Amino acid sequence: MDDFEPVLLANIGVENSHELRVYESRGGYQTLRRAVREKTPQELVELVKASGLRGRGGAGFPTGLKWTFLDKKSRPIYFCLNADESEPGTFNNRILMEEDPHQVLEGLILSCYATESSVAYIYMRYEYPTAWQRMGRAVQECYEAGLLGQRVAGSDYSLDVYLHRGAGAYICGEETGLIESLEGKRAWPRIKPPFPAVEGLFRKPTVVNNVETVACVKHIVERGADWFRSIGVPPDPNNPRDPGSFGPKLYCLSGHVNRPGCYEAPLGITVRELIDRMGQGVWKGRQAKAVVPGGISMGFLSGEELDCPLDFNGPGRYGCLGLGTAAVVVIDDQTSMIDVLYNSCRFFAHESCGQCTPCREGTAWAYNILKRIKAGRGRLVDLDLLLGLADSMGIIPGTTICGLADGAAWPIKNAIRKFRDEFETYIRQTNPTGYQRTDPVPAMELSESCR
Amino acid sequence: MPIVYIDDKEVHLQQHERLNGIQAAARAGVQIPYYCWHPGLSVVASCRMCLVECGKRDPQTGQISMLPKLVPACQTPATDGTVFLTNSDRVREARAMVEEDLLLRHPIDCPICDKAGECRLQDYHFLHGRGQRRADIKPFTSRKRSLGPTITLFVDRCIMCSRCVRFCREIAGTSELMVVNRGAHEEIDVFPGFPLSNKLAGNVVDLCPVGALADKDFLYRQRVWYLKSHPHVCAGCSTGCSIYVDQNQDRIWRLRPRENPHVNQWWMCDEGRYGWKYVHDPNRITAPCRRQEGQLKCIDWDTVWADLETQLPSVGGWTAVLSPFQTVEEAYLLAELVRSVDPDATIAVGPIPSQGRDERFPNGFTIRAEKCPNRIGVQTLAGQLQGELLSWEELKSRWKSQPPEGGLWIAGGYPASPWQSDDVEVARRARLLVVQELFPSALGAVADYRLPAAAFVEREGSYVNVHHRLQVFQWAIRPPRGVYHDGHIYWKLLGRPGLYRSAPVLQEVAERFLAFAAAKGEIPDVGVDLRIVQLAEPAETVMTSINSA
Repeated sequence: MDDFEPVLLANIGVENSHELRVYESRGGYQTLRRAVREKTPQELVELVKASGLRGRGGAGFPTGLKWTFLDKKSRPIYFCLNADESEPGTFNNRILMEEDPHQVLEGLILSCYATESSVAYIYMRYEYPTAWQRMGRAVQECYEAGLLGQRVAGSDYSLDVYLHRGAGAYICGEETGLIESLEGKRAWPRIKPPFPAVEGLFRKPTVVNNVETVACVKHIVERGADWFRSIGVPPDPNNPRDPGSFGPKLYCLSGHVNRPGCYEAPLGITVRELIDRMGQGVWKGRQAKAVVPGGISMGFLSGEELDCPLDFNGPGRYGCLGLGTAAVVVIDDQTSMIDVLYNSCRFFAHESCGQCTPCREGTAWAYNILKRIKAGRGRLVDLDLLLGLADSMGIIPGTTICGLADGAAWPIKNAIRKFRDEFETYIRQTNPTGYQRTDPVPAMELSESCR
Repeated sequence: MPIVYIDDKEVHLQQHERLNGIQAAARAGVQIPYYCWHPGLSVVASCRMCLVECGKRDPQTGQISMLPKLVPACQTPATDGTVFLTNSDRVREARAMVEEDLLLRHPIDCPICDKAGECRLQDYHFLHGRGQRRADIKPFTSRKRSLGPTITLFVDRCIMCSRCVRFCREIAGTSELMVVNRGAHEEIDVFPGFPLSNKLAGNVVDLCPVGALADKDFLYRQRVWYLKSHPHVCAGCSTGCSIYVDQNQDRIWRLRPRENPHVNQWWMCDEGRYGWKYVHDPNRITAPCRRQEGQLKCIDWDTVWADLETQLPSVGGWTAVLSPFQTVEEAYLLAELVRSVDPDATIAVGPIPSQGRDERFPNGFTIRAEKCPNRIGVQTLAGQLQGELLSWEELKSRWKSQPPEGGLWIAGGYPASPWQSDDVEVARRARLLVVQELFPSALGAVADYRLPAAAFVEREGSYVNVHHRLQVFQWAIRPPRGVYHDGHIYWKLLGRPGLYRSAPVLQEVAERFLAFAAAKGEIPDVGVDLRIVQLAEPAETVMTSINSA
């Protein structure tokens, strides 16, 4: 751990690190130039498969395996770079795109070369104007330097990269929602199968990968699969479905810590290490009451569960949904969990795309209940109602098309199961008569624009 | 042969039959509830009402392995060995949850909602919902807005199944409707300045599983439980869409499409949908009239029977003009009637109303320019009866050179008068002119006998559409007082025993004419293709019958 050398963030902090000149002076694009000359796409896919790289976007699906699902008989193959980073607390893609866009681009070109894609779309979050400018400039520089367009780096391979700016919807980060949005439609996630690898963007085979994933690809090609596998956590021998969690990972530490920021660490670092060593402890000398292990949709770890290792399986063992985007949000002991859960529910009610009934109505209902509890009109039965509601929505019970509802349900489940005392105390104090009937509260206010 | 297991039942499918879980379950008599799925539209699997447990049965061992999560039956193909559990605890709980979710912000204004009584949300709530409301959300009062000239949207009743949106995209191809906003704020809307005004727009009302989309023409007119539905055939154009006529006490309130894969699938056009208004027009002729001293005087039917019985044989040299609004049976009986008094009677076909051009929609649905339901039927019949087809124009030109000697019977049923001034002039040359019509026209004014005609919903028999498909229907409403439908009049004048019923007449027609041989026996709801039998006959016969048609 102490001898861990950051690779993804190696260029951060260097003056003008976003310029091609600076990037090349630090050895940039050497890997690409060598790879397109010396390696075939199949070799690269095998290399990435051997490295055990898992997608950094949240689901942790093995990247190399995803690439092998592509229907190679159908052309063109599209590559979508998912830069629609919208999970609350997550900002690692932003750092990479703003400070080191060429690292992302080099990884992107290598990934496109490996998957034999001829067109790549970078779907960028609307709220990232600096990243938008810098990525746009970087793409332009690459075209000028012959690293994009016809004959990439002097090889027979050609690739075009287009930047697409989203319009500010969380659901556009879901891979099929992103594809629909790129096609100019409402970002309503598609039903699967067919999977994007068979029929995706414009009904052609499509890969969707996260920004950090392609950045890792660059380093895997540069340093080899063995280097990558030397970092991280090996597969759990008791779990045959666990392919292991290898490689460096960018952790976004935020919330009530002394030094929030984006830190690179090997997969498997514990929450406590991250908070204490990277974040220099919880602020104001307080204790952590709860920690979000990887974006709010992954649920909560309680203050007693800080030894949870942050690899792809760790948070799951503590009742969370998974590692997610590795956005660690620390909540101190002075913060009300009711407020935290209220915020989380408001977010998902706002961001539900509205396609599937259980998510569209369930998220709004949960938000309404939380609003009422917060306003001092809660009932104890509301807690079980919330739990039942949370259990009824998501792809895990099979009631929705995409995973947004799981993400909305998990914070509810974790917060109420792990902090039930706090909720009950709050309800008893604010609504001491404990009446069972409540006056109806208006549903989500309809703003003027909604008519 | 593939076998699908629905709960404890087995369903045997045809080889290469592609069904989803809902369709396969329906074969076993199991109704899986659904909102968003529609056999004629793309699958979105978003309402989540049709969730079932699904598994696969190993053909060797008989072991069943179930999927861990629920799957939407609409999206899950039923292949060999697929197992669907449609009534397990998990499935029932999921359905109850979806019902509860859908009713969270639903206004529940069933007492004033047009859909009440045929609303899926209502029906499914009683079947699958919870008995008690747990929600703390105050129900809305339903806001409404106009989406187009014929459609009103009750915004909060909508359950966002997006059937109407998909219909406008996929069937009408006009894409007026869309979903605006996100999540629980979602609404159906049109873009400002682009109202829902395509010619298939009325179908979205039928598609809507709840009372969100309402037909302005029907809104607040009738409670659906007072309506009786009668399978019928639209007379608006020669497509001959299968429809239901919804009536209450002999008053039509609406027409709805009836599923028929060979004709209209699930749709009908607005022209046909709202094209029944003339049936209840107060200007309709409701009494028979006779020319007395140069004036038409109303008489009673007993006089008509007595008069015509003596006059028909005495005039001689008859010509019958069949109407394309008559059913095959009625046209046949009219021809029989004139042939019974004059075996050499001429059989012609009246004018064929036409308007504009055929309008074809992306999925193939076509509104025909030919605005009558039975041209093929009466033309085939006339051709078969006399060996050559005589159109109204030909008859007219023949009579201009050689004025007719005998009587002329012109059948009617035209909603709008097709007669031009020279038609009247030519027809008046006949020694005895009998005209049947719905509304007073120039031709009727010069007739010796003007008999009231029946509208299409009052007729019974069969229509043959532009693709030679014969569809049988019964009358949906009784004609206004004083009006007899054509079949009754001819039957009576022919002196046949009993009351007129169309079925035996059609059998007679099918026995007599090769072109109608396919109509022998029981006719299915979707009708029969008259050309099927012709193809089985020797080629020579086929050619003659087609040529004569």
